[in-house]
Amino acid sequence: MRTAVLQRATCWLMRAMTYFIVFIIASIILKILWNGLPAVSWEFLTTMPRRSGAEGGILPAIVGTLYLVVGTIAVALPLGMATAIYLSEYAKQGRFTRTIRLAIVTLAGVPSIVFGLFGLGLFVIFLGFGASIISGCLTLACMILPIIIVSSEEALRAVPRSLREGSLALGATKWQTIYKNVLPYSVSGMLTGSILGIGRAAGETAPILLTVAAFYLPKLPRSIFDQVMALPYHLYILATQHPEADKVRPMQYATALVLLALVLGVNLAAILLRIRIRKKRRW
Amino acid sequence: MVDNKSNTDPEVKIRVKDLDFYYGNVQALFNLTMDIPARKVTALIGPSGCGKSTFLRALNRMNDIIDGARTSGSVFIDDQDIYRNGIDIVSLRKKVGMVFQKSNPFPKSVFDNVAYGPRIHGVKNRRKLAEIVERSLIRAALWDEVKDRLDKNAMDLSGGQQQRLCIARALAIQPEILLMDEPASALDPQSTAKIEDLIDELRRDYTIVIVTHNMQQAARVSDLTAFLYEGYLIEVGPTKQVFTKPHKKKTEDYITGRFG
Repeated sequence: MRTAVLQRATCWLMRAMTYFIVFIIASIILKILWNGLPAVSWEFLTTMPRRSGAEGGILPAIVGTLYLVVGTIAVALPLGMATAIYLSEYAKQGRFTRTIRLAIVTLAGVPSIVFGLFGLGLFVIFLGFGASIISGCLTLACMILPIIIVSSEEALRAVPRSLREGSLALGATKWQTIYKNVLPYSVSGMLTGSILGIGRAAGETAPILLTVAAFYLPKLPRSIFDQVMALPYHLYILATQHPEADKVRPMQYATALVLLALVLGVNLAAILLRIRIRKKRRW
Repeated sequence: MVDNKSNTDPEVKIRVKDLDFYYGNVQALFNLTMDIPARKVTALIGPSGCGKSTFLRALNRMNDIIDGARTSGSVFIDDQDIYRNGIDIVSLRKKVGMVFQKSNPFPKSVFDNVAYGPRIHGVKNRRKLAEIVERSLIRAALWDEVKDRLDKNAMDLSGGQQQRLCIARALAIQPEILLMDEPASALDPQSTAKIEDLIDELRRDYTIVIVTHNMQQAARVSDLTAFLYEGYLIEVGPTKQVFTKPHKKKTEDYITGRFG
């Protein structure tokens, strides 16, 4: 009798906690929608900001964030995938790979502002890229590399050994085996990593603060060596640094809404792609 | 190293000499020496963990991919030592096909499975590939069952069909030797019978080495039987003799089911 009550109570407790989490997420999204939606208009999305962002749109910030995300993925994905392939397929497992894995985990735990400082020191100053898209992308890429490496390695490990052996036994070289009989089945898992990475790259403020983001720059970048505005930083400025912070409240929420929509949109696209690839995979 | 070559009996396809094998510090094969005749079926029997599979995998150097594996001694295939430095592993494995215990079709179409090997080795012509695929599937006694669904995923085939597909895939690269690691152990009796018929069919053209747990199967399909025990080759001889008048006590105990 008592165990049955306990059982039900535990179940309810877990359920309540789960609902609580859903509640938090829902209230964040609803609040942003509620306050931001009225301020979102075609003009808001497609025009330059005016009066330090108190009026006009956020086009340069949207474009800036898109450039940063695409550039970051373009740098981090090949680098991360190559590292994962090397670590799990080529490297002899032992102290060396353990050390590298430890370094990767450590990298994942470094606070993002430290990445910002690192990017400032290495890319902006030492390599002379200045505050620019390329500096920002490289900095963000360093930050999301661990996510991509770890999930890519997991995806590679999920491919059964028997498929590798089957291919090798047919006289395929190691690389042919990986390329033709391992990667095709692990791409979907690797995409999971990039999904998480994209979310972080688009949303982080600290790393771009020191390496690329412009306070107020009402024009579009012409090259990868230009500065850009970015949504998270723009949001931060509007919310805390703007002289009329209270008056631009709707703009803040609208900016947050756009950033949220952008990240969710990218994630959704990647998830759909993953489902399509996963449908083909069976073993 | 001409004097190391064994240029004697043309009917001997594989000549194993003083083969030792280690997984790290653990020795798994001890000083194995035996001849495997051409175009005959040689069965490797013995209790689990006796080294049969390890020995089989030594013949196409599949043990190489295991971390910490070490081999000494030599294996001559057509008088060429496959453990000599600088041997071309790709052409070795092209010559020595392998079928695994658990059928491992690739999660691709039936056609792409069989065409995998030829494509790797540079066959691009679509018509030529189709020819190879058809010939290999016919050879593996699978063609009639799959000819209308070559573009279907191989994972949809039944277990027995999958294993014959793997045989077809191995045949597609035109090997001279076929290594089979308990090819029927996961199959029902009917599918097993088909595989055994197929082995009987293939023995005319291929040198077959088969690992099996099943005494009856070894007796049915093989010409030669080798009994391994704890990494040692205890006895090797014509199957009939090994099964009816084994020379060694250990062999007799195993065959009559006293252990294993």
